[in-house]
Amino acid sequence: MLRLESVVTCYGKIVALRGISLHVDRGEIVALVGPNGAGKTTALNTISGVLGPRSGRVFLDGAEISGAAAESLVPRGLVQVPEGRQLFSTMSVRENLILGSYRRSRAEKKRDTAEDMGRVFAMFPVLKERQPQLAGTLSGGEQQMLAIGRALMARPRVLLLDEPSMGLAPLVVRDIFRAIGELRKDGTTVLLVEQNVKAALRIAKRAYVMETGRIVMEGSADELARNPEIQRAYLGQGYRQIME
Amino acid sequence: MPIWDRKTETVDREAMQQMQLERLQTTVNRAFRNVPFYHRKLEQLGIEPEEVLALGDVRKLPFTLVQDLRDAYPYEMFAVPLKEIVRIDSFAAAPGRPLVMGYTARDVSHWAELGARMMSAAGVTREDVVQVAAECEALVGGFGTHYGVERLGASLIPAGGSTPERQVRIMQDFRSTALVSTPSHAQHIMEAMRTVGVSADDLCLRVGLFGTEPMTARRRAQIESQFGIVAAANYGISSVTGPGIAAECEIKDGLHIQEDHFLVEVVDPLTLEPLPPGQPGEIVITTLAQEGLPLIRFRTRDVSSVTYEPCRCGRTTARMSTVTGRTDGAVSIRGMHVYPEDIQALLYDIEHVEPHYQIVVDSRGGLDVLTVRVELSSALISDQMNKIMALEETIRQRISLDLGLTVDVKLVEPQTLRDVPEGKRVIDNRER
Repeated sequence: MLRLESVVTCYGKIVALRGISLHVDRGEIVALVGPNGAGKTTALNTISGVLGPRSGRVFLDGAEISGAAAESLVPRGLVQVPEGRQLFSTMSVRENLILGSYRRSRAEKKRDTAEDMGRVFAMFPVLKERQPQLAGTLSGGEQQMLAIGRALMARPRVLLLDEPSMGLAPLVVRDIFRAIGELRKDGTTVLLVEQNVKAALRIAKRAYVMETGRIVMEGSADELARNPEIQRAYLGQGYRQIME
Repeated sequence: MPIWDRKTETVDREAMQQMQLERLQTTVNRAFRNVPFYHRKLEQLGIEPEEVLALGDVRKLPFTLVQDLRDAYPYEMFAVPLKEIVRIDSFAAAPGRPLVMGYTARDVSHWAELGARMMSAAGVTREDVVQVAAECEALVGGFGTHYGVERLGASLIPAGGSTPERQVRIMQDFRSTALVSTPSHAQHIMEAMRTVGVSADDLCLRVGLFGTEPMTARRRAQIESQFGIVAAANYGISSVTGPGIAAECEIKDGLHIQEDHFLVEVVDPLTLEPLPPGQPGEIVITTLAQEGLPLIRFRTRDVSSVTYEPCRCGRTTARMSTVTGRTDGAVSIRGMHVYPEDIQALLYDIEHVEPHYQIVVDSRGGLDVLTVRVELSSALISDQMNKIMALEETIRQRISLDLGLTVDVKLVEPQTLRDVPEGKRVIDNRER
């Protein structure tokens, strides 16, 4: 479904991705984990077309999309939920959601939008209650739910999620991850970037571990969750001393 | 026939190559970061790990020799801290020259998975009673086989240490339906069957898996008719992971390589240049999923060829032909590699003169017998029978002590072995 072949991405002279290869099969949830600055967000931005790769190739459904503009990829089913949510804070919850479906034609829009919104509300009931409320007044967790909900309004086939747990309380993280886990049932393919490795490995089928622009480990989420190196570096005590 | 890991074993080539590329890159990244040997090697060649951008870039990487593993004795090649190692295998791939392998819990779990694939390919199912009869020391990957049988859900009878007679007894009493062995050990068991008067009709065996030694057409025919089974070959190397690198399916037209775990190249042993599919050369293996001790371009010294044509069994993995020889002159005796230069060094050590010698391998009643013929130095007059016998005994004991190998020693007249050409250093009379 989604495939990266030795992708190199740079910020000027700084090499952020040093040739990373990964793939996400249809309907799979795959996590991309690693410490701060490893290049996870750069990887997502390169896939979604926000950044252009210097070399290497990105494929969506077997077709090369390397360097394609972000706006051309949304209609093809590739949607990113950016880090820090980036909602329209002075617009209501409902308006934010409708914006998510902007790419569809007016005729199909009305019927489908209602249907899609129903699905988002089923996933995050709290958003239904908050419909008229301004997005900026929502709690952090609700904002994250809205960001994911808005992305789902575009009916993505591949959803790129960037740090959905950032700055959220553990209980809220649990709710959000439960919802992400349920996406699998609709057949949505998810590439999830996370620093909360424990939560990510719980819902992902497979995972890649990044360090300084390279992928240093890959495997099933179960295997990696049991891996002593992962446990030491990300799941256990004192990871700050080791990683930072 | 069932395919154990259908998703992986029947994956299309593009997806397999993607998986291999991903794993090659992570393996090189980890080896560079964690193994001083590889860090040094790559630096010497002026290669950065990120220069591996395609599968073909593996050719930029340095080879790993058995000698490198020996030099790293005991722990220098390990890529993870010792506390993450759950299995240490110090079996010597060649007698007297130890090397140490280390495996993480994940590595050991992979043995089981590969073992199950191998079993399944040969036709073993969870209904089978699997007798693992290989001599323990010959089949270091015995553990992988054991775990594989259990992962598959079949019934395992670990019978490694038993005598051939006892193996026959177990087969009868336990109604074993599958036999795991080496071809030579299978021959001992056939001998024992003849001795005690048991025929294939008295047994329930239906399938057999044979590894560590090449499976020739002749050997296969003999084993299949004597036991009344379908015999499938498998390939493994003790210094890489034991069995499970490649295994035959029911079609028996080459051994399916577990390509998601091993990247196999075939190179010209002299130029070290890659050879096209179908052409025989030295098998070079890069591990793709090994954590404890990743190996980059390990030169196996085994000669074989590889084909990427899809197999009729449905598996899409590449297949290697049965190993037809060695590129280093090593002789495979009871699953161990014996190097002529080891024997030579030992002989020199005893007499302190450059020895003239020859190694002869015979098969007696299915048993590999190795005879070392050594030319008498002119200092020893050949009619001093006592001295000659004492010297023969000394050599025999030294070889047994240093190489852990039982051999026959024959001293021969001066001048008889002086002109033996290098190609005749080893005479292998075993039937192939």
